Amino acid sequence: MEIRLNVNGKAVAVDVPPNMPLLWVLRDELDQCGTKFGCGAAQCGACTVHQDGAPIRSCVTPISSVAGKKVTTIEGLSPTGSHPLQLAWQEFDVPQCGYCQAGQIMTAAALLAKNPNPSDADIDSALDGNLCRCGTYLRIRQAVHRAAELMRTQSSNPLRTTAGK
Amino acid sequence: MSVLVTRQSRRGFLGQMFSAGTLILGAGPLASSAAQSPQPWMPNVFVGIAPNGLVTIIAHRSEMGTGIRTALPMLLAEELEADWKRVKVEQALGNTKYGSQNTDGSCSIRDFVDVIKESGASARLMLERAAAAKWGVPAGEVEARNHEVVHTKSGKKAGFGELVALAAKQPVPKKEELKFKPASAYRYVGKDVPIIDQDDIVAGKGTFGMDARVPGMVYASIERSPVYGGVLKSFDDAAAKQVKGVEGTVVIEGFKPPHNFQALGGVAVIANSTWAAMQGRKKLKVEWDSGKNATFDSAAFKKSLQTTARAPQKVVRNVGNVDAAFSSAAKTIEAEYYVPMLSHAPMEPPVAVADFKDGKVTCWCPTQNPQAVQETVGAALGIKKEDVICHVTLLGGGFGRKSKPDYVAEAALISKKLGKPVKVVWSREDDIRFDFYHTVAAMYMKAGVDQQGKPTAWLQRSVFPSISSTFDASSEYGFDVELGMGLVDTPWAIPNQRAENGPAKNHVRIGWMRAVANIYHAFGVHSFIDELAASAGRDRVEYLLATIGADRKIDFEAEGTKFWNNGQPLDKFPFDTARLRRVIQLAAEKSGWANYKPTKGRALGIAAHRSFLTYVAAVVEVEVDDKGVVRIPRVDLAIDAGQIIHPDRVKAQFEGAAVFGTSIAMMGEITAADGRIQQSNFHNYPVARMNESPMITNVHIVPSNAAHSGVGEPGVPPIAPAITNAIFAATGKRIRELPIKKTKLV
Ligand code: FES
Ligand code: FES
Repeated sequence: MEIRLNVNGKAVAVDVPPNMPLLWVLRDELDQCGTKFGCGAAQCGACTVHQDGAPIRSCVTPISSVAGKKVTTIEGLSPTGSHPLQLAWQEFDVPQCGYCQAGQIMTAAALLAKNPNPSDADIDSALDGNLCRCGTYLRIRQAVHRAAELMRTQSSNPLRTTAGK
Repeated sequence: MSVLVTRQSRRGFLGQMFSAGTLILGAGPLASSAAQSPQPWMPNVFVGIAPNGLVTIIAHRSEMGTGIRTALPMLLAEELEADWKRVKVEQALGNTKYGSQNTDGSCSIRDFVDVIKESGASARLMLERAAAAKWGVPAGEVEARNHEVVHTKSGKKAGFGELVALAAKQPVPKKEELKFKPASAYRYVGKDVPIIDQDDIVAGKGTFGMDARVPGMVYASIERSPVYGGVLKSFDDAAAKQVKGVEGTVVIEGFKPPHNFQALGGVAVIANSTWAAMQGRKKLKVEWDSGKNATFDSAAFKKSLQTTARAPQKVVRNVGNVDAAFSSAAKTIEAEYYVPMLSHAPMEPPVAVADFKDGKVTCWCPTQNPQAVQETVGAALGIKKEDVICHVTLLGGGFGRKSKPDYVAEAALISKKLGKPVKVVWSREDDIRFDFYHTVAAMYMKAGVDQQGKPTAWLQRSVFPSISSTFDASSEYGFDVELGMGLVDTPWAIPNQRAENGPAKNHVRIGWMRAVANIYHAFGVHSFIDELAASAGRDRVEYLLATIGADRKIDFEAEGTKFWNNGQPLDKFPFDTARLRRVIQLAAEKSGWANYKPTKGRALGIAAHRSFLTYVAAVVEVEVDDKGVVRIPRVDLAIDAGQIIHPDRVKAQFEGAAVFGTSIAMMGEITAADGRIQQSNFHNYPVARMNESPMITNVHIVPSNAAHSGVGEPGVPPIAPAITNAIFAATGKRIRELPIKKTKLV
């Protein structure tokens, strides 16, 4: 069965079983490997992408449920890798192994789109579904604050354009 | 943070330049631009300089998050006086010509700092001599500076690229001729140069093992015996084959003891996507002959380990006369500690791609040890290890799991049977159930103290199934490495000390996990010293320092103790109690220990431990609320790891260690019933989340001229005892068994 959706601004059609999770469609069918497999059970957040701007766990999202929807992955967050979160991540040298970071950034992006000035508690509660076994949480928190600041000082909020509105 | 270096994306994982052989990785991001460069000059195995000036530096150790893929090449660039912007880093294939590539044991810097500096300095000297010859001036008058050689007197300059042809004709300098840059001239070392993969990682373009793919590749998901050592009796794959995308099944033979890094064996479902393979596997009907481990029960096993620990065992350290001192002590104190099995759980589960063709196999995998891949896969396929080509991708975490390449052997065996490339993907459930577990350990401790509470005798026993069982199925006792991690090397100035090790058999695969035996030994030792301090009614920092005693280098040989010392000579890496004292004092000072006022449910705890030749003290603040929930507002870590190449990555390793240690302390536990591991994913094998981790971790580095020592692991051991010591101070509850979540705190 052919399923159509929009991934990072491009219309795509895939012929896969309707219950195949979006994660594996992205990775194995569409060669978009930025979205990671960590648990397959909505436990770790490594597979986080946006569906129409909201963060979802692509490992438990059947492809059929995103038919006709807009999906944004880490590859589509910013064409140049210069989203304020990516810049802040660079500034604080957040990644260790890096495997969880796409999921962290995507979750943080959805948070900032809703809440331009999150508190520590806001960040912790938004990101508590994203595991980092290397333990980069401290810098993630700092970098989210920094990205929020960068976004507030910019005239337009770049997240508004990628949030799928 | 000082950013001296322009960020740039420099990938290169395939080693074309040095390995020849073109490798296609589909549309994947593994393509390298090295092939575009003209023939480079290679002064040694670690560096090549092309006529266009591009310097390629080989990263021969694996990147799993420590930053080593940046730090060692950066060090070479430093000594070469290369411009980091004109350097490309390429990941080495597995090859013994680099020396050991086993990225394990916190020793990449320690073991390669000299070799890498020599490689850079030697190439620099050859470039300088080439320029001097070209200009007819004395070699002493020219100097390499920022990717060119200059002759200040005449104002002549030549870029590295221009000098390649001439430099290649220079004799390779002798070691004695090499001059190293003084630290004051460093441009990169000691500065916070971003890791080379950072751009890719934040853009989702980093290539991990999970992302490796080759044209024509199929996917495999493997059903393995739920009991260690179980043998396949029969299976029915009819339903599995009905699943859309499933192409068939392949049987992988079981291992022959000792298991070593062999594939476990099982039934692989082959499909055209990871998902289809996993779905097909769910439909398999498999019968196992579970064998003798089917009765393994971790609760019963715990009791047997504790029973062993209560009786005299093999003596592995003996100073003075502990028994006599116990009889004359004013008081004796006993305690038992227990640390359960743990799983590594790197965020990227084990995964490997293998392509067997014409008697050779090419593997792409996240491995800490490509040479072990060559050996293991070679043995599994019955081919020479040189015919195993191992490409190392980025690792989505390793922690010791990925130095054991059973998963690569699986992919290679399947590829050979199918005659096409295959990717084996472990689910998280596979990862948790088929790990090489960090071993369980039971400890018994006893001390004799005088009237003032000062210890006069110290006895500690440790009982645990040993890692050596991986290589020797009959193994029952700990080996030097494990004994040398906190059992025979307590730093106390106590005149009577004895350490003992009791026997225990393995019922699962046991392997090393970040910090290894230090985890349980540090928990026992540093909890117990805290108990003695409390019993004496003394300040715990003051008591700790007093028990360590006068500054000295512990003379293990004189006392007749066999001490592993990470395989390093004690004259180069002494056990220097002055360094231990300094980190304790620094952590205490930075945490405000002296003036800290504990309140109900809120207090500090301390633990200090030397491991991987590095001295670490941790002061942890805990807050226990009236529901018994523990929070960690702050951790102060003071460390002395000798000289430091990359301070920011060192800090990052210790920040991460505080979280890893928190997982061990608070929540980590693997159990087994009927031989089956009872945990399967993060819902029942939790690891610390953001809101459960230390809110702040400050890392205080002691400036040191001592030899470079480890940083990846030594931050882990003191965390758990510092947390439980803090909980005791905050609540009066002494926790002797991990994880903490098993104890009701209110
Ligand atoms: S892989 Fe989807 S939440 Fe872990
Ligand atoms: S950086 Fe390694 S898991 Fe987060």
